[in-house]
Amino acid sequence: MAQAKTEAKPVVNRTQALVWLRQMMLIRRFEERAEMLYQKGNKIGGFFHQYSGQEPVAVGSIGVLREDDYIITAYRDHGHALARGMSARAGMSELLGKVTGCSRGKGGSMHFFDVEKGFLGGHAIVGSHVPLATGVAFALKYRGEDRVCVCYFGEGAINQGSVHEALNMAALWKLPVIYIVENNQYAMGTSLERSTAVLDLRLRGATAYGIPGITINGNDIELMAKTTREAANRARGGEGPTFIEAKTYRYKGHSISDPGKYRLREELDSAMKNDPIMVYQNVLKQRGWIDEETADKMRDEIKTEVEEAIAFAEHSEPPSLDQLYEDITVAPFIPQE
Amino acid sequence: MPLISYREALNQAMTEEMERDDRVFIMGEEVAQYDGAYKVSQGMLKKFGARRVIDTPISEEGFAGIGIGAAMAGLRPVIEFMTFSFSLVAIDQIVNNAANMRYMSGGQFAVPIVFRGSSGMAGCLAATHSHRLEAWYAHIPGLTVMMPATPADAKGMLKSAIRSDDPVIFMEHEVLYPERGEVPAGEHLVPIGKADIKRPGSDVTLITYSRSLKTTLAAATQLADEGISAEVIDLRTIRPLDLDTLLHSIIKTHRAVIIEEDWPYCGVGAGIADRVTQRVFDELDAPIRRVATKDAPVPYNRALEDSMLPSVPRIVAAVHDVVYR
Ligand SMILES: Cc1ncc(C[n+]2csc(CCOP(=O)(O)OP(=O)(O)O)c2C)c(N)n1
Repeated sequence: MAQAKTEAKPVVNRTQALVWLRQMMLIRRFEERAEMLYQKGNKIGGFFHQYSGQEPVAVGSIGVLREDDYIITAYRDHGHALARGMSARAGMSELLGKVTGCSRGKGGSMHFFDVEKGFLGGHAIVGSHVPLATGVAFALKYRGEDRVCVCYFGEGAINQGSVHEALNMAALWKLPVIYIVENNQYAMGTSLERSTAVLDLRLRGATAYGIPGITINGNDIELMAKTTREAANRARGGEGPTFIEAKTYRYKGHSISDPGKYRLREELDSAMKNDPIMVYQNVLKQRGWIDEETADKMRDEIKTEVEEAIAFAEHSEPPSLDQLYEDITVAPFIPQE
Repeated sequence: MPLISYREALNQAMTEEMERDDRVFIMGEEVAQYDGAYKVSQGMLKKFGARRVIDTPISEEGFAGIGIGAAMAGLRPVIEFMTFSFSLVAIDQIVNNAANMRYMSGGQFAVPIVFRGSSGMAGCLAATHSHRLEAWYAHIPGLTVMMPATPADAKGMLKSAIRSDDPVIFMEHEVLYPERGEVPAGEHLVPIGKADIKRPGSDVTLITYSRSLKTTLAAATQLADEGISAEVIDLRTIRPLDLDTLLHSIIKTHRAVIIEEDWPYCGVGAGIADRVTQRVFDELDAPIRRVATKDAPVPYNRALEDSMLPSVPRIVAAVHDVVYR
């Protein structure tokens, strides 16, 4: 199990650390409230996958990127979007299917997008966005830019062919892409042991393609940050891709409808005892960077921010019915009816 | 006007577009050092270098997705499938990512990409290598589907496809590559979504595209000998359909036959017949007839294969049916 702890020597300054703590709290609260809206009042529909428990992976890695870098992920995307600076308003409005949503109510929970933040989406076909990330990196190299693309996927996706095709070409062409596998132990109800003949994912995703591979505790936010920074430096320096397996654990079911019968209550309880947000808060306390009172204040502010986002989303307009045909193509769209 | 082949016309289109726009590049299996499996990209590696003419491993799903990602980041890729039969292993990328990206992102991302390559029944290639997937792709909102039948259209249509801001499925026909015809030099653009009347007529409208145009024109000549004047319309773009040109013609002739190389059930002609009938049912003096490839997998044996294709006798018989002569 991925224990949340952090390095003895801080890799960030106090201001940065507090921003990260706050972002993790925001992601957690955002999803808690969204879950309530889903369960009561039928305001959110469809598949809804929570990131709860995995927050340090997105926050730590995105935290060391430049504003002009790109990020792409799978359908468990709320955390990455918020970590990249998407507003809770835009995210909540999308969940409620409103025109003010980050994808104008056309994408929903699984398809968050934000072009201004270089956030290339939430993608819901397992593995399918990994070639896209590779193509983005291809474009960066083609233009001779020193930007990088970071691509997140679950350990279940390592079993998709498209992922391996992309890894091979990224290595072959030394593309500036960082693959972060969020190994939360389960792909829906299928544990790692039941889906891969080789348990060391580096062998499958890195060694097989001559890509540097590293397995880390993804719940150690500062280690996550340090490892990503090193990978980004390699990519910017023209040295090609890096494969990072970030060990983590998801607290909620695969999606909202999953009662999680495939895992033991004790396993979940013991993971939750090590909640990475509390752990990081304690680390920062020990460093003298935050006290109980400031942390409580932070939580209160976040509550307000999320409530305000919900109010904004509730008061926003849904797309009008004629917007069904909008944004299908750049050229005027002619329905073939 | 210079007389060049369909293959050379395609090469000219890509070369000219790559000369005018550095964002355009070509990627696919054997496009560079081998000069293209069908030699469409002949000489391009030499001219543009390995940065812009890129050989890939045999990974259609992977490089289709790489093209889409590059397009999202601002490039304008031309992705060659050795044949569209192999696009079947990349269909997730084309349908889920290329076609849906703009919509799913609420208009934030565009995917200006061309997927091109040979397609159709080329002779003795049997079931796996003879696919005609135009109906599959034309089904998808978000995709443009283009299929040139002549060298001039091949050039003008490919140039327009490369300049399009949306994903284009550009299907060439393997048997047309050596066909020669007059092709305007330099800037020659055929607009997307415009059909072309390849032979005017007044008694019946023959609607076709790609290699079936040749067979249809031959049938029209034979029909003329019998005193039947057939108007032959080359769709050129399958999606979006140029319905106006079709309706205009049918209002004049009152009869229509659709000739297509795909399978009949849920084929391109089925969609066209439905849309035409909804609008001008009262103008039709006979039901719309379709001449499609027979409903069987494509066999190796040449005689069997030939028997399933739209042929002059099959087209003529269908026309006799609708003109009641
Ligand atoms: C191609 C495809 N097959 C199946 C699914 C259904 N599905 C959605 S998520 C999922 C499990 C993926 O697990 P993993 O990649 O480990 O990511 P996690 O959900 O743990 O974040 C499955 C099977 C899908 N969306 N796409």
